[in-house]
Amino acid sequence: MADLMDQDVERLLLDATTSRSRKFKNRLASIWMLGALIVAVVPLALVIGYVLMKGVGQLSVAWFTEDLPTITRKAGGGMGPAIVGTLLITLVAALMAIPLGILGAIYLHEYGGKGRTARLIRFMADVMTGVPSIVMGLFVYTVWTLTFGLNGFGGSLALGCLMLPIIIRTTEEMLRLVPDELRQASYALGNRKWRTILTVVLPAAFGGITSGVMIAIARAAGETAPLVFTIGAARNLNLNIFEGPMTALSVQIFGNAQTPFEAAQARAWGAALTLVAIVFAMTILARVVSSRVARRHAA
Amino acid sequence: MPIETSTPAGDLSTSATTAGSDDSKVVFDVRELDVYYGEFRAVRDVNLEVRQHEITAFIGPSGCGKSTVLRCFDRMNDLIESARVDGKILYHGVDLYDPRIDPVEVRKRIGMVFQKPNPFPKSIYDNIAFGPRLSGNKGNLDDIVEQALRSAALWDEVKDRLKKSAMGLSGGQQQRLCIARAIAVEPEVILMDEPCSALDPIATARIEDLMQELKSDFTILIVTHNMQQAARVSDRTAFFTTEVNSESDTRTGVLVEFDSTDKIFSAPADERTENYVTGRFG
Amino acid sequence: MTLLTQDESVAPAGGGDASSLLEPTSGRRGDTAFKGVALVAGLVVLAILALIAFSTTKEAWPAFKQEGFGFVTSSTWIPAENKFGALAFIYGTILSSFIALVLAVPVSLGIALYANEAAPRRLRTPVVYVMDLLAAIPSVVYGLWGIIVLAPAIQPVYKAISGAVGDVPVLGWFFNGESGRSYMTAGIILAIMITPIITSLSREVIATVPSAQREAAYGMGATRWEMIRAAVLPWSRGGIVGSIMLGLGRAMGETIAVALVIGSQAKITTHLFEAGDSMAAVIVNQFGEASGTHRAALVGLGVVLFGVTIIVNVSARGIVSRFDRRSQGA
Repeated sequence: MADLMDQDVERLLLDATTSRSRKFKNRLASIWMLGALIVAVVPLALVIGYVLMKGVGQLSVAWFTEDLPTITRKAGGGMGPAIVGTLLITLVAALMAIPLGILGAIYLHEYGGKGRTARLIRFMADVMTGVPSIVMGLFVYTVWTLTFGLNGFGGSLALGCLMLPIIIRTTEEMLRLVPDELRQASYALGNRKWRTILTVVLPAAFGGITSGVMIAIARAAGETAPLVFTIGAARNLNLNIFEGPMTALSVQIFGNAQTPFEAAQARAWGAALTLVAIVFAMTILARVVSSRVARRHAA
Repeated sequence: MPIETSTPAGDLSTSATTAGSDDSKVVFDVRELDVYYGEFRAVRDVNLEVRQHEITAFIGPSGCGKSTVLRCFDRMNDLIESARVDGKILYHGVDLYDPRIDPVEVRKRIGMVFQKPNPFPKSIYDNIAFGPRLSGNKGNLDDIVEQALRSAALWDEVKDRLKKSAMGLSGGQQQRLCIARAIAVEPEVILMDEPCSALDPIATARIEDLMQELKSDFTILIVTHNMQQAARVSDRTAFFTTEVNSESDTRTGVLVEFDSTDKIFSAPADERTENYVTGRFG
Repeated sequence: MTLLTQDESVAPAGGGDASSLLEPTSGRRGDTAFKGVALVAGLVVLAILALIAFSTTKEAWPAFKQEGFGFVTSSTWIPAENKFGALAFIYGTILSSFIALVLAVPVSLGIALYANEAAPRRLRTPVVYVMDLLAAIPSVVYGLWGIIVLAPAIQPVYKAISGAVGDVPVLGWFFNGESGRSYMTAGIILAIMITPIITSLSREVIATVPSAQREAAYGMGATRWEMIRAAVLPWSRGGIVGSIMLGLGRAMGETIAVALVIGSQAKITTHLFEAGDSMAAVIVNQFGEASGTHRAALVGLGVVLFGVTIIVNVSARGIVSRFDRRSQGA
């Protein structure tokens, strides 16, 4: 490795005929790096800007409380059912994925270690994070929707599958950060392993785990593809997650974006603003929690 | 090469001049103890006794297995996959490594304080109450916490901030907190693995004083790389050193001499002990 | 280990009774039970993956059986005539992802290098925050912005470029067409979406470059750029490639944003400014009204997508871990 580097540097320094050309290349590189940042910020600003601009006009009390309009090309109605749908479906998904994910991570770090089963599970969890969300949707369609029909729970299953590997990986990272001395102190007091995990390790890792979970939830809340095949389309509020179609903000945006009607598109912007607000709030909260935890441990 | 041990296995009455009385009960009787990590023998042929209400010190150069032996007493070596024990450690006549014995129960009676203070990231109160709560003791936790903190000479410093995080204490305070935490479980024995090596001299002195107070209620086993500390606090001392195994080019720890502290430091029987305590080698 | 318990030569009890240690305790069961529960939770991952592979393949089987290998080699996709050749969509997925990589990699690398090497200390956290926010925006919102804002706005640009170089050989092969919703637009949106992934993973890898390497380069009088080329890039090469591949995997699987802006025309063309389609987009656009073999074919697209993204992901991780071992040995 060191040899390679010496050769490279030698070559670079020998190649440079005038220091002006070297300085120029350096300048170019610096412009590239800073320029890249600007290039990335521009679309972010544009997207958020448009969402704010075009969506804010939609917000009103009616927006949050009324059902979806029956005639989509006209203005009117609200996004109540979609907001509730997004929150409810995501919540149920989280309730399934969080315990499974944390327990799975506990197995991987506290019991499995480097064993074959643990390595396999870890590898497969990594693979699972790369499965496209639409494939999850198709999967749930074949195993749930075909038998049990269109309902919110199918959406929750799909979102849960998306969240599970993320929660497992981030939780395992957090468990790894808990110093082993704490476990030893607990064992030395005559504490069993499972109680040590529950009373010492999990509380110590709590902040990090929460942050990871919130990021997973934020990502799931924004998903569309897994919901499109599984929850159907509802206009009215449906709180029963096991029966009957529901709707969600993401699905509403998708549907309305494809129409040529101004009113429908406006509704899409409003829904986008609402969704982005929810997702951003969770992402920022997750960051705050994790930095607060980092500060506490440094004390 | 013949190794001298001062107490042949099973024969208590022939130990040389002892500081404490010979009548004090034997808590641990260690016989022909070997500790292996996989195939590697880390310590061999340990024979000694630990008596009640005394402080017994393990001294010796680093790498001679003192901590390894210490961790056999509360079966903390069980946590290492490849660790294996040969020989016996009798605790009031019961072999600690009897297959019927649950290590968790052992640790409730034999507590441990570690080299680096390791309080839980919880409040001071919750740290101390942790152990008693395990045993389902919900009754007089406040009293137990106060008692333990007083015994650890920490009460006056923290009584007004019991609910604050333990992480805010200084190193010496944290170590006393760990001692209080261990005491709260009311063990019979407290094992201390180099408890002062991470502390400054003043904190160290306080803990040494504390040990003298604690010994009337507990039996204490301490590993220390500071032999002056052993000379100051302990009643009996065991001196360990390493032997080089020529074939495998590894080092195995071995107990050289075990006797009353006075004797070890003033008139040691073995030349290696003498070299160590007089500072001829570290 | 001996099995002796009570030893006659040592006076038992008196100062402490240890015989109760020998009594059986119930607590041990708790540990085994908990470990079992945790193991089952971990195995759920394996179960789900296996189930995905199995159930989707089973559902898609009628279409696979009907088309055979033609499913992936034929580009004729006409549901009305019961013909399902997915080649155009596979092509579209690859093309749009490729465009996305070409656009995203220089930007991502630039940001990653900027954040680690050139940015003033105070700017480092904001840069990370910006990347987090970019990553947090749901893909459907990108799609909405793409179809309503970007596509109409960029269409005249396409027209202009196409007019200028459309007849020129080589350039004209690619820069041709006038559709706002096209491969190019899809590639742009995908690039915006995968930039945060590539950036944050590359940044992590670049951060592990030992300062000794950096200092060695500076010590020889290298400019910052020369130091980066000499010390940082060779060291992080494997990790960066891995992160790019993970970005590729994400791009290939992206559905909603692509579905909105790619134009939904099943055709294979090198003209980047023309409308096309991708596997994921086709699934979501046609699923609602599909039935029978059509539906099976769409699920079959999902199976192909599943397989392809797994291969890309596994290779990516293989590269990253091989790089890890090398840097450990170095």
